[in-house]
Amino acid sequence: MAGGIKDKVAIIGMGCTQFGEQWDKGSEDLIVEAFTEALEDAGVEKVDIQAAWYASCYDEVNVGKSALPLSRTLKLPFIPVTRIENLCASGSEAIRGAVYGVASGAYDIALALGAEKLKDTGYGGLPEMNTILGTKNRVIFPGISAPGAFAMLANRYFSKYGLSIEQGKRVLAKISINSHRNGAKNSKAHLRKVITEDDVLNAPIVASPLGLFDCCGVSDGAAAAIVCRADMAKGFRPDPVFIKALQIGVSSGEELGYTVWDGTSVETTTRTAVRAYEEAGIKNPRKEISMMELHDCFSITELVTYEDLQISPRGKARNDVEAGFFATDGKIPSQPDGGLKCFGHPIGASGLRMLYEMYKQLQGKAEERQVKDPKIGLTHNLGGFPQMNVVSVVIVGL
Amino acid sequence: MPATRQWTNWLSLFIVAVIRTEKGEVLGMKGIISYGGYLPLNRIRRETVFEAMGWLHQAGYMKGEKCVANFDEDSVTMAVAAGMNCLRGYDREIIDGLYFATTTAPFRERRGADIIGTALDLAGTTRKADFTDTVSAGTTALIAALESIASGSGRQMLVCASDARLGKPGGSQEMTFSDGAASLLVGDEGVIANWEGSYSVSYDFPDHWRAEDDKFDRAWEERFGREEGYRKFLPEAISGLLARQNLRAEEVTKVIYPGIYPRDHATIGKKLGFEPGQIHEHLMNNMGNTGTAYPLMLLISALEEASPGDTLLVAGYGNGSDALLFRVTKEIRRIKEQRRSIKSYLDSRKDLKNYEQYLAFRGLISPEGGIRAEVNPYTALSLIWRDRREVLGLCGTRCKRCGTPQYPVQRVCANPDCGAIDDVEPYRFSDKTGMVFSFTSDLLAFTPSPPGIYAVVDFEGGGRYWFDVTDCDAESMSIGMPVEMSLRRRYVDERGGVIGYFWKAIPIR
Repeated sequence: MAGGIKDKVAIIGMGCTQFGEQWDKGSEDLIVEAFTEALEDAGVEKVDIQAAWYASCYDEVNVGKSALPLSRTLKLPFIPVTRIENLCASGSEAIRGAVYGVASGAYDIALALGAEKLKDTGYGGLPEMNTILGTKNRVIFPGISAPGAFAMLANRYFSKYGLSIEQGKRVLAKISINSHRNGAKNSKAHLRKVITEDDVLNAPIVASPLGLFDCCGVSDGAAAAIVCRADMAKGFRPDPVFIKALQIGVSSGEELGYTVWDGTSVETTTRTAVRAYEEAGIKNPRKEISMMELHDCFSITELVTYEDLQISPRGKARNDVEAGFFATDGKIPSQPDGGLKCFGHPIGASGLRMLYEMYKQLQGKAEERQVKDPKIGLTHNLGGFPQMNVVSVVIVGL
Repeated sequence: MPATRQWTNWLSLFIVAVIRTEKGEVLGMKGIISYGGYLPLNRIRRETVFEAMGWLHQAGYMKGEKCVANFDEDSVTMAVAAGMNCLRGYDREIIDGLYFATTTAPFRERRGADIIGTALDLAGTTRKADFTDTVSAGTTALIAALESIASGSGRQMLVCASDARLGKPGGSQEMTFSDGAASLLVGDEGVIANWEGSYSVSYDFPDHWRAEDDKFDRAWEERFGREEGYRKFLPEAISGLLARQNLRAEEVTKVIYPGIYPRDHATIGKKLGFEPGQIHEHLMNNMGNTGTAYPLMLLISALEEASPGDTLLVAGYGNGSDALLFRVTKEIRRIKEQRRSIKSYLDSRKDLKNYEQYLAFRGLISPEGGIRAEVNPYTALSLIWRDRREVLGLCGTRCKRCGTPQYPVQRVCANPDCGAIDDVEPYRFSDKTGMVFSFTSDLLAFTPSPPGIYAVVDFEGGGRYWFDVTDCDAESMSIGMPVEMSLRRRYVDERGGVIGYFWKAIPIR
């Protein structure tokens, strides 16, 4: 493996808006809020930023195409700004651009910012998906929704491991209950309500077997990170957070084009995690990772991700879930900020929002959500469907 | 039997005997070589219609039920379903022509036969034509196809007749009009029913009509159509054919004709000298009047019961009448087991929940579908042309190096251990069965018939893709469930006048 990105770049400032249904705010408001917080946190001036990467997924329906919405909103002074889109993993892709830009030596300080204004689309849930793969796709794609695509993962998983729908739903309920418990403590979270198993099991079905409480919030929000050369970082603050690994993987298409994938895991996560651990020098993730923010767009995604990340053995994540392994006082607290489930999911912002929580936790600034003495944080950001997707695994530490 | 007739019959037997080939086939035969019917799964009981609309038309009560095309079906998709049934086990590359008969073509200009031909993966050199404007177009298309074979201009011709006519809510047509399709493959080899002759009459008989922009048929007084048309044209064609063939009624095994006016059906046969046992049942009670497909579906149901040597006389009705005579051969035994019968389609049924669901499925009311229903997918018609075999014909590729079938078309093999580039051959999935790999029923995604059911399908013989599942209840879905493919309307872009035809998975009926 090439040298990798470990300890070459540090995060020196981050910002994140309130996530939620922000009927009174436009994408410009969200961008300015996240940026201002990050700038103040880093203690740098706008003119210190030499390049920017901007993430937004649904361009036509809210924020707009190109890098102009970011540059014009922030009045960035004619610097290079790149707009990226890689489905729900767009936010992670933005920081990848900034981190690699700095690591290349081209820039000293760069900005990554993601924003999404979903509540200007008119949809409950995400807007239509049939344009993901271009013109032909509109004709040959089935009428799938995001919960439906992940419901297929759940049905397959339950079937393989011999769980009845009811047993499976009880396991998934525990995952959602954990996220709600954490989200309730987070003033910036979209959904701040503690829920019970009955709430989850009695909720209306969205896509069988997933019900309303198996699905994450669909929110407005923005998040930002300012990164710089590792050797400069302590000049800005005493507690910068270093990038230990930053990996992105994209499906080859064999999941749906070939018949080997068994439909109970996300192949991209599995492979991307292996590369990330190697890059970060992690030998035993179950022992070495302190905390995680996973892409829990649906409860089943979180369950399967525990296995794909080698935290739990295949088919056994439910044992860890039931034992409280991922609770705030467990071995690897997961979704300490409420996750997509409760913090919310403004697509382009989500990857950066996950990092925001890891960053604050590592700095000991997570208030009543604070994980005890974390050393290594992991974020997992997934775009697309279990059957074809983009995944990032980012590992950060002090 | 007159002496001259007896003599010619003996002579023809002699000729047949001497021109048997080494394969044991009879040379000079021309007729039906395969058949396939299709009925949609949905039914509505006429009582349900009457409960809803009887207040308007109290005399309109009828017993039985009728077949209703699903929300995603039309005359073209049903014709494809019948064609698939008919062509099972037949080589599609040697079909010279395709005739499509319907009065409910989805397009005024864009030939239905071409859509059907592409869906059935027939060659571009297949000569195609639509026969339309009257429900006797089915029998007319059949005669035209048989004449092509007789003239030597084609060796095999496919006829697909299909209709999905709408009756005005509360009217008598609503009670009788039904949806279905029939397909007949005609040719000169492997003939199961030899074509002995035809007789046609046609008139500009204005008992019912549909003008340029009409959604429903208009009709003159019912007694006029029944007495001046039905009671006269069918006897004229049937007796004309008997005379032309020098046959008497008792020499015909079955006489087959539509029961458009069910109470007059038996009377017509009786007056022509047929015994009740010779008159083939009209299926109005449990099937209904399927328009252009109707007489051909009756013919298929008669063939399903026929024995070698039987003589079948079938007549269509509409702006006159076409009558055709067939003599069944021993080849009939071979085909029977391979075909899904009209009877099995009649038995495989599902009641629509209520009259309102019927109205919604047939586009007679527009229920609230939410914002997701309002998104008109933009269709690149240049792509529909370029990738016609892939989209409409459901042909993917098979890697020549590793043998993996793949959908959609791949230039780079999806098998990670292969990865061959541009080493592929076309591979048709439409006639392959599959197995549900995983599935869901979705209440968020838009469909006119919630929940939206879709599944990843693993095909027998290899290949995997995901499809909408239709003609199916969410409760009956399971991993491992066998499915087959059915062409449907994936979407309709009403603003652009585009119908997005694509394949869906259905439980095997």
